[in-house]
Amino acid sequence: MIDSATQMKPIWYFVGWVLIAIGVLVFAAGVYYMLFPIDLDIALRGMHMSIWWGAILILGGVLLTVFNRKPVNV
Amino acid sequence: MHTISMTVFDWAILVVYLGFVVWVGFYLKKFTKTDKDYFLAGRRNSAFVAGVAFMSANMGALEVVGYAGQGAEYGLFALHFYLIGAIPAILFLGVFMMRFYYNNRIKSTPGYLKERYDEKTRVLNAISFAVMTVLSSGISLYALALVLKTFLGWNWDLSIWLSAGFVALYITLSGLLSAIFTEVIQFFLIWGGILLLPILGIIDLGGPTKAFASLPQVYTHLWSITGSAADNPMKLGWPALIFGLGFGISFGYWTTDFLIIQRAFSAKDVRSARMAPIISSYFKILLGFVVVGSGMVGLALMRDPNSGFTLLHTGGKINYDSVIPLLMMRFFPPGLVGVGVTALIAMFMAGQAGNMSAFNTVWTYDIYQSVINKNASEKHLIWMGRVATVVGILLSIVGAYWARSMPTIIDYLQAIASWILAPAVAVILLGMFVKWISPDGAFWGMLIGTLVSFAMFMALELGWITPGAIAPGGEASAMAANFWRALWAWLISSGIAMAVSLFTEKRPEAELVGLVRGLTRETEVEQVPLLKKPIFWASVTTVIFIVLNIVFW
Repeated sequence: MIDSATQMKPIWYFVGWVLIAIGVLVFAAGVYYMLFPIDLDIALRGMHMSIWWGAILILGGVLLTVFNRKPVNV
Repeated sequence: MHTISMTVFDWAILVVYLGFVVWVGFYLKKFTKTDKDYFLAGRRNSAFVAGVAFMSANMGALEVVGYAGQGAEYGLFALHFYLIGAIPAILFLGVFMMRFYYNNRIKSTPGYLKERYDEKTRVLNAISFAVMTVLSSGISLYALALVLKTFLGWNWDLSIWLSAGFVALYITLSGLLSAIFTEVIQFFLIWGGILLLPILGIIDLGGPTKAFASLPQVYTHLWSITGSAADNPMKLGWPALIFGLGFGISFGYWTTDFLIIQRAFSAKDVRSARMAPIISSYFKILLGFVVVGSGMVGLALMRDPNSGFTLLHTGGKINYDSVIPLLMMRFFPPGLVGVGVTALIAMFMAGQAGNMSAFNTVWTYDIYQSVINKNASEKHLIWMGRVATVVGILLSIVGAYWARSMPTIIDYLQAIASWILAPAVAVILLGMFVKWISPDGAFWGMLIGTLVSFAMFMALELGWITPGAIAPGGEASAMAANFWRALWAWLISSGIAMAVSLFTEKRPEAELVGLVRGLTRETEVEQVPLLKKPIFWASVTTVIFIVLNIVFW
């Protein structure tokens, strides 16, 4: 936890969490609309890019949070 | 045209992002104790963080959306803005100039002018920079609202006030510290939002070879079509590209614009500050391929009658700037739409936050503390920085409404940058490399250079002269005229600064140690290994730069 005014988590830790949160939403959207397709005029829709891109964002986010969880002195 | 429809997932992504930037402002407030924390982010960032923020401040939507539009209109030729129009100047900043900028006494580029020359040169530069920053911010807000209204159908007024409100909140709370935090997040979001566009586009076009082959030669080369201005779609010959874009425009922006340089000032030491622009040069090259590549995908799709892809038409002309939103509409399914829209908004907010954090610093240190209240306490300066942020944002909103009522004003306002930056870079470069340039020389050089640049612009606008009149050879496009105008402003400022310096009092050399090359030792890299030396990484970028220019000759 970040609990003092002299110790701050590295910026990459926060980037990681944002990527995880957004990645989960993108991934969930991809899975949802694969299971319950809607009529959208989109090129390459068969590639299910939301699923792939969501997974990449989650992976990047996890790596950033794991490797940057130690707070640093400011 | 139908608008981009957002699902609940897309809205959730936008809410996560906006919620996060506000939280960052509150979270970082407890670390913002001194004016150095507020205006310089505590000077504790690593080279990489400062480098990412440096790049992110340049990834405003006007740049990304605009240069993708250039890619759609002019093809690969637009990559010049990311290569000759950026890399030499960025590397020069990191290798030669940053050492003199990064100094305990200096907190801004006008601050350098005070230390190197005198107070009047600083105030002249600070006032013109503050005006430019607020106006640029207003244009950026106007463009944001226009994009949101056109492609998402959002209310114009609400878009302006909400986005300005979010930026005002987090910059007011924690200044440059929160600006840099959010810029790093925005950096990743922007890549997450636009990196897929050229990839999906190339797949859609049948692969890179087929996509490239579908375009005529004038859209796929950099230099072989510059022997004569008439040979390329942008109507630019190689002299205009090298001297006008590569020197006049590029050095003015990359080595003088405090909005960008302030990010490097946040680095923890001089070596990191020098590395920041050099690290960003790698991202700049990559960004060029993503942005211009997206535009070229749009160009190739437009030329394919079976694709069904067309750009918007505004006033009977093709609106090339619509290419990024329209590609998102073509390729992005639910979820990715949220990332794309959030990336667009993040770009605008990054540009806005960059303008405001630079404005509050220049106003507080270089105008308020320098002229109005010389004995202000540290606490009072932070308070003034917060007030300046709110006032700056309100002025930007006024600027946005002004731009809306007079759309042609945007062309004029964007030209302000070249009136101000080209003369400034002339006196800053002379200041760093020529020790006998005097304070009076610098002041008159900068003032007259600005006035001459303005006069040339107005003479062109009013039709008193043709673009060819200010370009060697006598023929030039409007864009080439812009490039040449900046170069003339630079040369005139330099000439006047040198001439006046011959007859006026110079600063003693003892006062210029650390500010001028030849009087300053390069101690910061004497003991570090090769892989940590700025010159090593700048050399690698130089090799990449040369190879790319040859490959796409």
